[in-house]
Amino acid sequence: MIDLYLLGQFLVITGLLISAVVIYILKDLLSAAIAFGVFSFLLSLEFFLLQAPDVAIAEAGIGAGLTTAIFVIAIRGTTSPVDSGEEEES
Amino acid sequence: MNMSRIVRSTANILFPFILVFGFYIIVHGHLTPGGGFQGGAVAATGFVLLLVAFSPDIIRDKFSFNSMKYTEALGLLLFIITAFVAIALGTTFFFNWLANGGIIFGESVAFGANPGILNSAGTIPLMNVAVGIEVIGAMGLIIMYMLSGIEGGNKE
Repeated sequence: MIDLYLLGQFLVITGLLISAVVIYILKDLLSAAIAFGVFSFLLSLEFFLLQAPDVAIAEAGIGAGLTTAIFVIAIRGTTSPVDSGEEEES
Repeated sequence: MNMSRIVRSTANILFPFILVFGFYIIVHGHLTPGGGFQGGAVAATGFVLLLVAFSPDIIRDKFSFNSMKYTEALGLLLFIITAFVAIALGTTFFFNWLANGGIIFGESVAFGANPGILNSAGTIPLMNVAVGIEVIGAMGLIIMYMLSGIEGGNKE
């Protein structure tokens, strides 16, 4: 029989790795912020699987909620170099 | 600058549910996982959702720096007054002076498993509510300062 606990942890850790790589790959800043929210949500799920529901609630509230909101506000305050017409060479 | 209609409608619908869930975590802080800080963070996420979704012109009328500051100060005052009342009653600082004494807060439960009786912890729910109010004010203040930095934001 497959151990459901180990299977859940394997899935969650795989999702954590995938979302972390996706944050690095994405060029659009807003998409990267949302991917960071997904990463934080999966991290809170991992805390819950490790039997720390207190930390999981704090992580879901602070990490997935407030940090993503702060990133979105910061992105709203910036302008992309394509829109303002000053393309940078990279 | 508003966000899209989808984001605004979702924020409007989800806001009361997030708020009720946050208050549930705060009030049940002495029985279930969570407490004042976690519930306050969840409830503050509801306010932050409104702050992010709507344009600064609309939220300027609803939220101000002073209201958030007063909310935070009210929570801290409630917390420290609850602790000082114990000294006024002739016991130690942070003494649980409501335990076994009152109708709303005071009844102690029998040893063993119970279905989660809410009025059993004395001053601990009061402390949790105070910390929850304080965390809502503080998180709102952080986001308001963050919004005040961008163009069209709510300047102090």
